[in-house]
Amino acid sequence: MHRIHVIIAMDPHTIAQGARSIKDALVKNIDLAGLNQDVRVVETGSLGIYNKGVVLVVFPDGIYYTGVKLEDVSEIVSEHLVKGRVVTRLRYSEIPEESRAEEKAPRFGKQVRVVLKNAGMIDPESIEEYIAQDGYEAFGKALTELTPKDVLKIVTDSGMLGRGGAFFPTGMKWGFAAREKSDEKYIICNADEGEPGTFKDRLILEGDPHAVLEGMCLAGYAIGAHMGYVYIRGEYHMSIARVRRAIEQAKKQGLLGKNIFGSGFDFDIQVREGAGAYICGEETALIESIEGKRGEPRDKPPFPPSVGLWGKPTIVNNVETLATVPQILLKGGDWYKSLGTESTPGTKVFTLVGNINNPGLIEVPLGITLREIIYDIGQGIPNGRGFKLAQLGGTTGGILTSEHLDLPLDIINLRSVEAGLGSGAMLVVDDTHNVVELVQNFAEFFNHESCGKCTLCREGTGRLVELLHKLTSGCGSEKDIDLIERLAGHMMKSAFCGLGQAAPVPILGCLRYFRDDFIAMAQQNQQRVPVSA
Amino acid sequence: MKSISVTIDGTRITVPEGTTVLDAAKKAQIKIPTLCYHPDLPPVSACRLCVVEIAGDRLLRTACSWQCRDGMEISTKSALVRDSRKMALELLLSRHPMKCTECVRNGSCELQDVADLLGIRENPFEYRERKGELDLSSASIVRDPSKCILCRRCIQTCEMVQSVSAIGLEGRGYDVWVDTPFGKGIADTPCVSCGQCIDRCPVGALYETSHVDRVWRALDNPQKHVVIQTAPAVRVAISEEFGLEPGKLTTKQMVAGLKRLGFDRVFDTNFTADLTIIEEGHELLGRLKKGGKLPMLTSCSPGWINFIEHFFPELLPHVSSCKSPQQMFGALAKTYYAQKFGIDPKDVFSVSMMPCTAKKYEADRPEMNASGYQDVDAVLTTREVAVMMKQIGIDLPNMHEEEYDDPLGVSTGAAVIFGNTGGVMEAALRTVYEVVTEKPLDDIEITAVRGMEGIREAEIDLAGTKVKAAVANGLYNARQLLDKIVAGTADYHFIEIMACPGGCIGGGGQPIPTSQEIRAKRTEAIYTEDRAYELRKSHENPAVQLLYKEFLGEPNGHKAHELLHTHYTAKSQYQPDSAA
Repeated sequence: MHRIHVIIAMDPHTIAQGARSIKDALVKNIDLAGLNQDVRVVETGSLGIYNKGVVLVVFPDGIYYTGVKLEDVSEIVSEHLVKGRVVTRLRYSEIPEESRAEEKAPRFGKQVRVVLKNAGMIDPESIEEYIAQDGYEAFGKALTELTPKDVLKIVTDSGMLGRGGAFFPTGMKWGFAAREKSDEKYIICNADEGEPGTFKDRLILEGDPHAVLEGMCLAGYAIGAHMGYVYIRGEYHMSIARVRRAIEQAKKQGLLGKNIFGSGFDFDIQVREGAGAYICGEETALIESIEGKRGEPRDKPPFPPSVGLWGKPTIVNNVETLATVPQILLKGGDWYKSLGTESTPGTKVFTLVGNINNPGLIEVPLGITLREIIYDIGQGIPNGRGFKLAQLGGTTGGILTSEHLDLPLDIINLRSVEAGLGSGAMLVVDDTHNVVELVQNFAEFFNHESCGKCTLCREGTGRLVELLHKLTSGCGSEKDIDLIERLAGHMMKSAFCGLGQAAPVPILGCLRYFRDDFIAMAQQNQQRVPVSA
Repeated sequence: MKSISVTIDGTRITVPEGTTVLDAAKKAQIKIPTLCYHPDLPPVSACRLCVVEIAGDRLLRTACSWQCRDGMEISTKSALVRDSRKMALELLLSRHPMKCTECVRNGSCELQDVADLLGIRENPFEYRERKGELDLSSASIVRDPSKCILCRRCIQTCEMVQSVSAIGLEGRGYDVWVDTPFGKGIADTPCVSCGQCIDRCPVGALYETSHVDRVWRALDNPQKHVVIQTAPAVRVAISEEFGLEPGKLTTKQMVAGLKRLGFDRVFDTNFTADLTIIEEGHELLGRLKKGGKLPMLTSCSPGWINFIEHFFPELLPHVSSCKSPQQMFGALAKTYYAQKFGIDPKDVFSVSMMPCTAKKYEADRPEMNASGYQDVDAVLTTREVAVMMKQIGIDLPNMHEEEYDDPLGVSTGAAVIFGNTGGVMEAALRTVYEVVTEKPLDDIEITAVRGMEGIREAEIDLAGTKVKAAVANGLYNARQLLDKIVAGTADYHFIEIMACPGGCIGGGGQPIPTSQEIRAKRTEAIYTEDRAYELRKSHENPAVQLLYKEFLGEPNGHKAHELLHTHYTAKSQYQPDSAA
């Protein structure tokens, strides 16, 4: 029995900072100190602490060390692990000295960990650790005690809304597919996370892959599917490796395959890797991609729950949605509803990025305000600068300004200000930035990622870049601003799919709140004095 | 089917459930502009020109794909709709070179038409050239991606109508373009040269490799004896180029027009269509008797021949060795005809007027030189002949009537129906029946092989032997039959395959636009022409009889084989890059 667990975050960020060699050194030093029976070193996914180098947590004390270097390892072992004395110089700096338990610190205080309850706490490469945290209990309960209809009812009654960005009721979506009569149905986990600044799905997959698999099993059971695909962004090497490993482990334990635990229910899961197209995060383009075709959206209706992969009823759910499902099954819909607001129950995982002191992965109950996220959890804006805007949901997200700082975040409130929760990025921008440059950056992204199918998105994204560039390079006029507004408005109404419809959203939002920034750019041009007559 | 009612621009109409907004609007006499929509193809909703506003919907919807629901209130004319369409069109026009006067589609361009409909007078966007290179590699088809508006009709046609998929999209976003796999010239892909993509291109991004100048040079050269043959299907379509309704027959005016153009003789491919029936009919009987490869597949359609060479080379022994009527004609023009009239074959310039673009490729095949010269020197599509006529002021509908020249202008009704899918089969059965049974065929119109369905079957009793026949039009349908042959489940004796939907009347060289409705009218005109013939069976053609007597000898005999039969070549789907 191990007395102490040292958890080390292994994500691409910490690995780049030397986490692997630090782990090796830890193990070696623990051996040398003769503690290998007492202390166990566990690799985990991201701990949600960014820009702080290699991160370790020592349990049961719950002490966080950040910025750990190779030369610090022997000190941590000899001081903390041997003598029980905390190495204060390496302690997580945001935590006030008087607070012993990190969980009570502001960074964690306003957070509620549902989806992320295991991330950073267990070894994501060990199915045993997942099982020890009640993993696969919900699936077991479903197979032995519940009918597919019961599972569907629990998820529907929980009021859960899909976390991919559209916030469509998960139970309703499942219900559509459950009602379809078909010999084959499919569950797809959409892990093609491509929004700039969003990496929450990656960290969920890296930190707790089995939770996602269990969610897929439950979805499959509820709708009568026997095959699931996890479609993972190709650049997410570690997610792919961990999910593949998790699938193998689940198969070995009989949690995937034929006649699972003698229940008569068959379910299998395979990984599909994306090839780098942002559009493949759109569910029908994702389906086309799995079918081996060019990643382009399909006309809807019919929607995937009726006509999806290979023409069969298909549920496409986001990683975060699926990872939440097992807990709803275990703890019940009422528990889930007790989190969040009436319109938007539950928690939301965000990646807090931009001009913020304390960026990283957070999970908050809905109804929290922007002010709490930015100033409490995020520790405010660096260098004492003012808050200009926040963009929720990645590059397609709506724009929120200081007038929205105290707006409780849920779908109804956000809809009323023409924004949404989106997929999970929260970009904070301070008041030194001109928004025209910011939206030009977004426009360039969409121009690169448009699939080229419909006129408005294909040509529109390109023209937006061109017009914005004209403004930022001092060659624009107010006529160009009007054209940007007209074009963006039509894209939002008439583009083929969500990409083209959402691409202009932040531009229109910025025009609404910061039109002066655009006009200032346009007037730059008029103020320029001709060099020669 | 359940009826539902919708309101369009205030007009309430009743339509069957499942009707698209576009069709419902048509019923309400409201024209909604379209570009990527084509009646032959499923909607792709790409151009966003046909958007409409639906009460209670936050988005505009494309009329081509959006289905009516009971009680739906649709606006096709709101300010938002009007400006959205204008925006989509401005965006498309700003990537189009606007060299209308230099374009093959000047006057028949759908982009021009909608720009006119929407009253576009200026464009807020500057011109930006589209990616992709001019592709002149093919003997039949020119691809000019700079004019492309990315409607995808060509891609859908190649994939869904023809099951060839020689073209697809490359790149993404602003820089997407239509290209061949690996960016090869279209000639180095499995493109079958059928030209169906041209028929469905709304602009001038796809067109035939022009032989107009080549033909004018020959006509202007006093040394050349220029003869032209006209395919069965062109006579029921060329009038469309002069603004007449589809299905209007102007055969004799066309002959007069061709003579006005300066052709020394105007002959008819129908003559060699009759000859094909004799040769192919005897080949079939031979195979039936001697246990040759069955089912026998027809060989008239060069797009189809390209298809089987590329995709099913293992089935080539099934294909009749008969040259197509065009190539039989070419061979005879420079042998039989030249000898008979004392003309040096090197001075004969043999032109064909075809509903087809693959005929250009076929004429260029190196093996097609039975006389020692290339059998056919130039191939003009129906459209190109119309261009030449217009160049010298011929107004076809108002031309006087003239007859085809002898002897290669004599034909029967059996030949003219070659223009329709099922026509070769029907003509062959008319002859084979009488040859085998030695009894006259009572009902000469074999309706079982007629029609527009992709695949049709018929059985005919030949003096106790039941002959099972099948007909396919469009290569997607052909592929279904070929798959059956490969699987060993096709118990047919004889199969007619035409590469194009509806057969040659729907060919890639025919007037644009095309649709099921237009093709049906041309088909009917062909059958009307057949009924007008006194002789309706190929073996009754006196000029063909004389040809055998004077020149060829026996059907399938030595001379016939030398001049009228050919061989085929298995082709890989992609040609290796030529060595540097």
